[in-house]
Amino acid sequence: MKNNIYDKYLVEEKMPTMWCPGCGNGIVLQSIIRAIDEMDLDPEKIVFVSGIGCSSRAVNYLKFDCMHTNHGRAIAFATGIKMANPELKVIVLTGDGDCASIGGNHLIHACRRNIDLTVICMNNSNYGMTGGQYSPTTPLNSFTKTSVYGSYEPPFDLCDLTKSAGATYVARCATYLPVQMKDIIKKALNHHGLSFVDCASDCPSLYGRLNRLGDAGEMMLRWKDRLVSVTQSQKMSEEELKDKVIWGEFVNKSDRMEYTDIYKENIRRAKEAAHE
Amino acid sequence: MTMGSYRIMTGNEACARAAIASGMRFFAGYPITPATEIAELCSELLPKEDGVYMQMEDELASIGAIIGASATGKKAMTATSGPGFSLMQENLGWAYINEIPLVIVDVMRKGPSGGSATLPAQADIMQTKWGTHGDFRALVLTPNSVEEIYTETVRAFNLAEKFRQPVILLYDAVLAHMSEKIYVPDKDEIEVIDRAKPASKEGYNPFRYSDSSVQPLGHFGEGYNIHMSGLTHDETGFPVSNQDTTGLEILIHHLFDKIDDHYDDEIKKYEAYLCDDADVLVVSIGITSRSAKSAVKKARAMGIKAGLFRPITMWPFPHKDLSRYDIHTKAIVTAEMNNGQLNQVVIEDIDRNQKLVMKNLYDGNQIRDIDILNSIIEANKYEK
Ligand SMILES: Cc1ncc(C[n+]2csc(CCOP(=O)(O)OP(=O)(O)O)c2C)c(N)n1
Repeated sequence: MKNNIYDKYLVEEKMPTMWCPGCGNGIVLQSIIRAIDEMDLDPEKIVFVSGIGCSSRAVNYLKFDCMHTNHGRAIAFATGIKMANPELKVIVLTGDGDCASIGGNHLIHACRRNIDLTVICMNNSNYGMTGGQYSPTTPLNSFTKTSVYGSYEPPFDLCDLTKSAGATYVARCATYLPVQMKDIIKKALNHHGLSFVDCASDCPSLYGRLNRLGDAGEMMLRWKDRLVSVTQSQKMSEEELKDKVIWGEFVNKSDRMEYTDIYKENIRRAKEAAHE
Repeated sequence: MTMGSYRIMTGNEACARAAIASGMRFFAGYPITPATEIAELCSELLPKEDGVYMQMEDELASIGAIIGASATGKKAMTATSGPGFSLMQENLGWAYINEIPLVIVDVMRKGPSGGSATLPAQADIMQTKWGTHGDFRALVLTPNSVEEIYTETVRAFNLAEKFRQPVILLYDAVLAHMSEKIYVPDKDEIEVIDRAKPASKEGYNPFRYSDSSVQPLGHFGEGYNIHMSGLTHDETGFPVSNQDTTGLEILIHHLFDKIDDHYDDEIKKYEAYLCDDADVLVVSIGITSRSAKSAVKKARAMGIKAGLFRPITMWPFPHKDLSRYDIHTKAIVTAEMNNGQLNQVVIEDIDRNQKLVMKNLYDGNQIRDIDILNSIIEANKYEK
């Protein structure tokens, strides 16, 4: 029977994926295609754009129009696609290094513009593809290939970052909560404006091993006690929230105009000026 | 047939107007002297044509955005100068390997680094050929007047669309800012080439490597199921495995063959002025070639058989054609606003009985005809 979501949206010949056993990327990819399927979106009008990293490799398994770009540049390419054809749903698949380090500038400017892209970050707290060096989301004092004495780089909270930069939909989820992740991605895809979803994920082969966090199963279970919903978190003290990861929606608003709409207004003004 | 008109305008204005006349409807850029006026004019004119002007956060984003726009079917362009062109190199490589039609204008300033923003130079000749890493064939056009900036901008778009690749329009700050009277053709006097469309969506592959013809480009968002990657890929656009060594080579061959096989008939362009009987040939591009032409005329008046060879398609360089003329010459003079780039190209075409005289200036001044004339006189003293 060839009507399950895998046959529908994934390229069978490219399986198995290049991801290590226990990697969280597969759960994120599955949440995305489930969301698309449940929303019954027209696959011809969806474009995936990614950068470079294990996470960005996700596009190499997808049966959609896909653009696998350069490290950090996915949002720049995606901006061009969206502005050239605002009817398309443009989804950016990226990693924490890809979007917050080398591509950080494009990320904040896309948020500032509030352009209708959905940016999904598979955040595994390290640079997976290059073998496990620290990234801008690596927790302080944790071990990576380039922080063998413990990381001394203060990390970003990507939801705080995108919220302050102007994104109009910001949420976090975790691979531990795949159903909730799918629902959040659905909301992000439905949102008209820049939506950013931080998908807390695991890299058992590198970050997990270097920090002695156990195998993939044990790492997954660690999320159980650490995840706190936005609502729960509001009743907790700063002390209680230490070492917790807050998931849920941080921003969901429509008080700012979306950028392709703003640009249509610019065209209208230009034509009006030409008539005067 | 309606007629065009004569207008006075700067090189940068001619570039922007010609781009729009060629069907360019997407400009993304970042302001930089001496290219800024192109962006300014595009921001004013494009919205009236339902086109997009975007001022991006930097040049990496500028070229990224025009690649995205081109992949959805828009004719797209950016304009910059040395520092911005340096920043664009990685994404430019992505456009080469994925065969994306683009036009990139590089208005050269004196470098390296920030250099002297407002002083002219011709020091990006080599960067336009080898700027990004890896093997590829660059297409670079070097006009020498405001009118030629207009016609070469049109040609740049046509070559980009036809050969599915980036084309670089390279000129200097003098041409960018000087005003000249030019003929602006009417719409139906301009030959505009649009990219070929795939015959069918069924089984469509975005690339074809079996011969040197160019695979028509299906557009993103139109149901072709297109895959593109900066990684070495096969005709489907999916990355090939590192074990498949023929697969790794075949793509590079194609990037060269699609240009080389059509070079003589469709890409090559140069001006050969009084070259047939020349004892001394001057090779020069851009604004310097105008001083060179004046020097050649003065040399002729003195009885020296001088000629000017001026590549208009700078890359790939018309070596075969230069050789045809220089076989009779005793010396070649290269004149350029840098410390020696054209001369390194020309050196491949001369034998050891011929003399090479270099006239280089890189102090931000233009090379005067009298200076080139002196080089011609010096070269003419040489006995083969
Ligand atoms: C310009 C450039 N610099 C460096 C690299 C090497 N590189 C490839 S992936 C990567 C990090 C990826 O990290 P992240 O975005 O977090 O993705 P992950 O692999 O963890 O999914 C780096 C540094 C590159 N490909 N390009």
